[in-house]
Amino acid sequence: MDRFVYADNAATTPVSAEVFEAMKPCFETVWGNPSSLHTKGREAKKVLDDARARIANVFSCRPDEVYFTSCGSESDNWAIKGAAHRMKAKGRTHIVTTKIEHHAVLYTCQALEKEGFTVTYVGVDGDGVVNMDELKAAVDDKTALVAVMYANNEIGTVEPIAEITEIAHAAGALMFTDAVQAVGNVPIDLSQLKVDMLSLSGHKLHAPKGIGMLFIRKGVFIDNLIDGGGQERRKRGGTENIPYIVGLAKALEVAKEQLPDLTRVAAMRDRLIEGLTKIPYSKLNGHRTNRLPGNVNVGFECIEGESMLLLLDMEGICASTGSACSSESLEPSHVLLAIGVPHEKAHGSLRLSISHETTDADIDYILEKVPPVVARLRDMSPLWENVQKSNVNQ
Amino acid sequence: MQYSEKVMDHFMHPRNVGEIENAQGVGVVGNAKCGDIMKMYLEIDENDVITDCKFKTFGCGAAIATSSMATELIKGHTVKEALTLTNKAVVEALDGLPPVKIHCSVLAEEAVKSAVADYYKKIGRPIDFNMESDTVVPEEK
Repeated sequence: MDRFVYADNAATTPVSAEVFEAMKPCFETVWGNPSSLHTKGREAKKVLDDARARIANVFSCRPDEVYFTSCGSESDNWAIKGAAHRMKAKGRTHIVTTKIEHHAVLYTCQALEKEGFTVTYVGVDGDGVVNMDELKAAVDDKTALVAVMYANNEIGTVEPIAEITEIAHAAGALMFTDAVQAVGNVPIDLSQLKVDMLSLSGHKLHAPKGIGMLFIRKGVFIDNLIDGGGQERRKRGGTENIPYIVGLAKALEVAKEQLPDLTRVAAMRDRLIEGLTKIPYSKLNGHRTNRLPGNVNVGFECIEGESMLLLLDMEGICASTGSACSSESLEPSHVLLAIGVPHEKAHGSLRLSISHETTDADIDYILEKVPPVVARLRDMSPLWENVQKSNVNQ
Repeated sequence: MQYSEKVMDHFMHPRNVGEIENAQGVGVVGNAKCGDIMKMYLEIDENDVITDCKFKTFGCGAAIATSSMATELIKGHTVKEALTLTNKAVVEALDGLPPVKIHCSVLAEEAVKSAVADYYKKIGRPIDFNMESDTVVPEEK
């Protein structure tokens, strides 16, 4: 192995040194329970309040609109189930979402369907952008909630959330966006973006796994998911995870400071896209420009993603695929199928998600290693054999 | 999900990859939609012995490894013996497969049977065996 290149930042990111440093005192000295009235408790409460205020500052929202959770999935579950259950009393029992949401959203919606809610799964175009006409037609006075992801985790397409929010609000519905992939990768100002709820996850932006957040706008009321002690203004029980909350605050501040650096990341992304799509019988999945700065997703015909991943791993490159064979489900990616990639081609997708830690030398290395891996697998593929033969015959 | 060292070895260094021109038996199983296709070529002498065997596979690591192992297990054996190859034998020879990958070994068994059936057809021998594996693949969800 000549080099180690981590290109799977959409799966998770390493905890950064500055986040780790910020968290350390919370393990060493600030270990109190913020609900306790004594010195140790008050000390922890101060740190908690400070973290919340700093996060509010990052998003231009109010500190009391910030709710800490255990992960992105919990935030998604809470937002959707909490809103659905609350809005049911107003006779609104319909949810509008899309076909390309994360499973934390899709399966939550399916669970609500079992309770009697109806759900419309709006389609997307070939680039993964939500079909706005379909969405407009789906939202009506029975709609409790519109849930659309800010940016897609597989193909990186960024959705028109501001516009969708207007549609939801015009019909009196709540608007929720799963911004797990977007936060840290696109500027988000919650004084401008009028969503009612937004979810995020710490480990996608160099905070640890096990910390998430749900923004709930002041005046928006949803049912609780986790009842318990009076934490999070009685909206989410469970003793606050002070170290990780402090880590999340630090990570969000750093991410905001680094936003200008994303132009450089996007340039590296574009170089990857250009280089990889030069390989014959390959195609970019997702929007060419309107995509996350670190996301590359390319489909290669006649080969299968898992074997590609294993060979790239041998070269020190960590990547991901939408192939069925890499998952426990054996179903190819629902996102690739939704943008119209046929089953047989969906198996050959490669996702590379880079970050500001990625270097130009890393990109060179990926561009050097991927073509021979693709060629090697095509050499042993009976499908490639057919492609070659039909080319000769033409 | 973790592959055994044997699986990784057969995936990284697959045995008998390629084609045999004018092979006596050629079998193709699987489909691209599901993500696995195996093509098996058999060279068979007048004593029914498989003197050479090659494969081409579109699929995951396990699909490539099971194809490779299957060719190793039947090479030098008679077609009758090759027909007794079970997916279980392929799995065991590879020191096991993750549960979701068992279907790859089924496909390998069926690729051999499909190639032998093609050979029987060519020489006018009746196909007196079941072309499908009798292994029930565990439910895949």
